[in-house]
Amino acid sequence: MLGALIIVFREVIEAGLIVGIVLAVTKGVSGSRWLAALGVAAGVAGACIVAAFAGALANALAGVGQEVFNASILLLAVAMLTWHNVWMASHGRELAAEVGKVGAEVRAGKKGVVALGVVVAVAVMREGSEVALFLYGLAASSGSSAWQLLAGGGLGLALGVGVTALTYFGLVTIPTRWLFRVTTVLIGFLAAGLAAQAMAFLQQAGLVTALENTAWNTSAILSDSSLFGRVLHTLIGYTDQPSQLQVAAYLVVLIGGFALSKAFAPSHTPRRRVAAAE
Amino acid sequence: MTGRLVGAAAVICALLTIPALAGETVVQVTLKDHKFTPAEVEAPAGKPLTVEVFNQDSTAAEFESKDLRVEKVTPAGGKATVRVRPLKPGRYRFFDDYHESAVGYLVVK
Repeated sequence: MLGALIIVFREVIEAGLIVGIVLAVTKGVSGSRWLAALGVAAGVAGACIVAAFAGALANALAGVGQEVFNASILLLAVAMLTWHNVWMASHGRELAAEVGKVGAEVRAGKKGVVALGVVVAVAVMREGSEVALFLYGLAASSGSSAWQLLAGGGLGLALGVGVTALTYFGLVTIPTRWLFRVTTVLIGFLAAGLAAQAMAFLQQAGLVTALENTAWNTSAILSDSSLFGRVLHTLIGYTDQPSQLQVAAYLVVLIGGFALSKAFAPSHTPRRRVAAAE
Repeated sequence: MTGRLVGAAAVICALLTIPALAGETVVQVTLKDHKFTPAEVEAPAGKPLTVEVFNQDSTAAEFESKDLRVEKVTPAGGKATVRVRPLKPGRYRFFDDYHESAVGYLVVK
């Protein structure tokens, strides 16, 4: 039972952290709760479909369907997160100026939140499909312990939801005028980490063979399969044995994302004043 | 008999799926009763590898290795193919992320 709990918990943490961050980012934006719920529901449905068709997916595209699928949805999430940050940066001034005006909030909600809804769906789908496969395997294997294992899995799922709540409540204690900056940085690192993960799948599929040597090995210091390593893996993309391509993709998305946000930010408005106006 | 069938199937699959990778080393392991057979496979150093995992259990597995940098869901009765970068000599651990009992090693010489 403990084994099942740990395995499911481990899978759910990643999606839980992302959902928690998105909830905090979109706090107070009208309609965002529905969108987040819709994202989770779509993610769960997607996860079940992916799990049900795992065999077909694995065999698709000459045996690399799973990798192409994973890399694609990860890169979709990267695009959505980056777009969100750029959009927030370019509209930061009007948002700050019109804060309190219901109309502006609704507009902000519609545009800025849809992208994050997609990110929630993708995160839940990716991690959820593995949980679904694992739990299905448990249910399928006959034996008196199956129910106990399922109970463990359920408990792991509940703990994962707890992580979401902790992330959310931890973030929303940050004063509103700082929250935007903190979440912008968080989302920037999140996107970079996801981009690095996508590269690993492309290399595993043999679709990309450049820069495949290991850049460093810090598994002896902090394993990315430990609990803390896993949290860092999601939040800042920590990997204990990344390939050179992963490091390159990470840096490109991280630096490129912040550069884009800067480029699209209203140039004549110092950021400090924006923060003060909030 | 079954072994030969699986072997023949593997060869056919390999021919169908990775014609472009001719000349690459293919390493095969089978997962049964949540254990890898063989538990230790050898491969030459400095050459790109293809690892094929045949899951003969009735439950899904996730073939994973931090050292080889691969993770792939393998459906019950299914097969997973992953490509691994050219490796330095050493012992590389792999496992089934869903079942702790399944652990194996790739020995690169």
